[in-house]
Amino acid sequence: MLEVRDLGVWFGDRQVVAVDALDLDKSQTLGIVGETGSGKSMTAYAIAGLAPGMGARVEGSVKLDGQELIGLSDGALRDIRGRRIAMIFQAPISSLNPVFRVGDVFLRALRLHGASKADARERAAEAMRSVALSPDLLHRYPHQLSGGQAQRVAIAMAVALRADVLIADEPTSALDVTVQAEILDVLEKLRAEESLAMLFISHDLAVVSGICDTVAIMYDGEVVERGPVSETLHHPSHPYTRELLAAVPKLTTPEATDA
Amino acid sequence: MTAAAAPTSVPEVRTRGFARRNPTLVLGIVLLVLIVLVALAAPWLAPAPGDAGTATHPFNVLDGPSSAHPFGTDLVGRDLLTRVMYGARISLRLVVEVLLIAGLIGIPLGLIAGYFRGRVDQVIMRITDVFLAFPALLLSLAIAFVLTPSVQNMTIAIAVTWWPWYTRLVRGEAASIATRPYIESCRVLGVSHARILARHILPNSITPVLVQMSMDAGGILLTAASISFLGLGAQDPTPEWGLIVSQGAQYFATQWWFVTFAGLAILFTAIAFNLIGDGIREMLDPRRVVSR
Amino acid sequence: MIRYAAERLGLGVLVVVGVVVLTFLIARVIPGDPAVTYAGPRASKAQLEQVRKQLGLERPVIVQLGNYLKGIATGDWDTSYRTKRPVLSDLRTALPASVELVTAGLILALLVGLPLGLISARFHGRLPDVLVRIASVIGVSMPVFWAALILQLVFAQKLGWLPAAGEYDPNLYYTSPLTSYIQMPTVDALITGNLAVLKSSISHLILPAAVVALYPAGLLARMVRASVLDTLGESHIRMTRSLGFGDRAIYGRWALRPAMNPVIQVTALVFAYSLANTFLVEAVFDWPGLGSYAANSLQALDTPAIVGVTLIVAIVYVVLNLLVDIAQAAIDPRIRLR
Repeated sequence: MLEVRDLGVWFGDRQVVAVDALDLDKSQTLGIVGETGSGKSMTAYAIAGLAPGMGARVEGSVKLDGQELIGLSDGALRDIRGRRIAMIFQAPISSLNPVFRVGDVFLRALRLHGASKADARERAAEAMRSVALSPDLLHRYPHQLSGGQAQRVAIAMAVALRADVLIADEPTSALDVTVQAEILDVLEKLRAEESLAMLFISHDLAVVSGICDTVAIMYDGEVVERGPVSETLHHPSHPYTRELLAAVPKLTTPEATDA
Repeated sequence: MTAAAAPTSVPEVRTRGFARRNPTLVLGIVLLVLIVLVALAAPWLAPAPGDAGTATHPFNVLDGPSSAHPFGTDLVGRDLLTRVMYGARISLRLVVEVLLIAGLIGIPLGLIAGYFRGRVDQVIMRITDVFLAFPALLLSLAIAFVLTPSVQNMTIAIAVTWWPWYTRLVRGEAASIATRPYIESCRVLGVSHARILARHILPNSITPVLVQMSMDAGGILLTAASISFLGLGAQDPTPEWGLIVSQGAQYFATQWWFVTFAGLAILFTAIAFNLIGDGIREMLDPRRVVSR
Repeated sequence: MIRYAAERLGLGVLVVVGVVVLTFLIARVIPGDPAVTYAGPRASKAQLEQVRKQLGLERPVIVQLGNYLKGIATGDWDTSYRTKRPVLSDLRTALPASVELVTAGLILALLVGLPLGLISARFHGRLPDVLVRIASVIGVSMPVFWAALILQLVFAQKLGWLPAAGEYDPNLYYTSPLTSYIQMPTVDALITGNLAVLKSSISHLILPAAVVALYPAGLLARMVRASVLDTLGESHIRMTRSLGFGDRAIYGRWALRPAMNPVIQVTALVFAYSLANTFLVEAVFDWPGLGSYAANSLQALDTPAIVGVTLIVAIVYVVLNLLVDIAQAAIDPRIRLR
């Protein structure tokens, strides 16, 4: 469904991403793992079409169901964003506009992509329920929600918009461990129910091993290893992957957290 | 982390390309330097230095711009180019003096209020609030009036209305620094309050004030010119720019040069000050990101 | 919310009282004899004595201050030595004129400054941004009285497009007399349907309002630009973009509203600042507002009037700050619940 080939992202003269290939299928979860500065988030932004807005130059190919996204007009890209590719971010409360009620953003986003007022309200309510939240929470302001609730609202938006691909940029890094588990459960459920294809970016190997099918390890902008989760994490071939695994504290080694 | 352009938190003054990265600041400095040079060189460069004082030339009254008098002459025949050049000396000196006086009053008060907190803080801040509630121009006018209009008294009047801003700024900084652990340890070690204030609190609270001062310079200049324009500041024959404009106001329709050049002088000097203030603020902004 | 407002109100009252006391003391220090102003230069010594007793100038300053404060609270703001009318009624005609001028100026400034600031932010680093920034630096650096003179010369005298001075054409006093409700010719004319006066007063308003608007417009453009740019850097904007919203929605709604906080604060400050600075504009355009009244009072050593003017400006200032705080709390829900 999602095919990335020879993706390059530059800030001025500095190249921050040089990904040769990434593939994602329906109902599949691809994890992108790396340390800070490895370019993993930037890769995600480039795929979602947000990179130029950050001042970056993008070259290469990103195909969604065969349609080339790089070089697409602004208008066409805006159609894709939200409707087909949705994103959730780290620090969920900061990702919501603080001076608007959560429902405002939600409903307007739905109507932006063609829903009627009534339709939007229905879909929003339904989506909220599917992530185990009461639709009443839509009347609240972001700072009145907990981190977990805010993240679930963001996920609900992706569900309501009926996106095909969900890109999750460190969605649980800013949350407590117990809340983390909740969010991961929600994402799992969605993968099963909506056949969501998910790109899961994280620096946390334990989380990745729990939720992802395949994984790509990034270092310094490049993908240094890729493959099914069990294989890659149990039998790493690249020295960097081995280093990463070695750095994980004993309590959460992949063997101990088989999902 | 995403690879966004690294913000410059410490200003790199010595690297090449400084001009390109801080065009506003450089432009402002260049303008100001020009004005300062004119002011300093006035006694030698001006065509008729006597005209900055009490000289009168009844035969040259209200002459238009010519090679002898590039800016024309005023209502008693004095060369306006000379008067405008000497006016630079007055304005520049005034701005510096106001900032100095306002700083000497405001900064210590702010330090004391922020460091000692409690009753002292409350009292000082209420007084500051009252002064702040006063429209600056009104208060300056009142004081200038009480003290008999002159450049010196105008300077004092403006300084008296300006200090509260600095007190407030310094107090905020001082208060937050005073609660830091290393200050506590100083006290435990028996270091005197005075020493703590001077060696630790002051140096760390002063930056915002200096930045604010650079931004205030323009406003002070305009305030002074306004007060003189209303007749409560500089008096004839002092060649202060605001005064010249007020003298020329009634002749404006027919002798346009009288008002124009002095006004332009005010405009450009204020622009220079404001550009410098903006430039410094931009340079010190820790969130400076050079993106689209 | 009510609690918040009440707190702020209380603080405001305190500040106003402080201002009054300060002004009163300053006014008493002014050299010159108010009795002379009141009685006129030809009054005899005996008459002056009588006036002094009448005005209470004999009593100690503290007592005078006390009486004055008592009077203020009950609506008696003393009588002007110069106009011989109650200061309050003098202010009742002078204040609206200034408010009208400053409001018109601010509306103009907002209409110009806000869009320019947005354009500046949208195209930041490029030509439109540079142009707007040049214009705003000039706007903030322009000496008001000079701008007033130039505009008056160019538009009123040379081009004859707009009138040079006054609130509206004096001839209309006879041909189309205006019934005043709130002493603001434009609004009164609007309410009473007096078209002739409305037209005249608007055309008289344009030039002085433009001069008043120079500084705020420049300031607003810069503030909006900075505030919007700051907001754009926040992560919720990234989320908004990822949902598919484009520049128009982002600049028009999602980045605009969070950016308004500092802008509102600045607008109120600027209103107070402009109100106090109408001196210069009123002087040049012969506008019968607070500034002219204050200037005349200062020259005549008219203490009650001086104190009255200062008091009213301080009150306006405090009220404005209060309104700003409330408006901010309304727009940004985080402030309310602090």
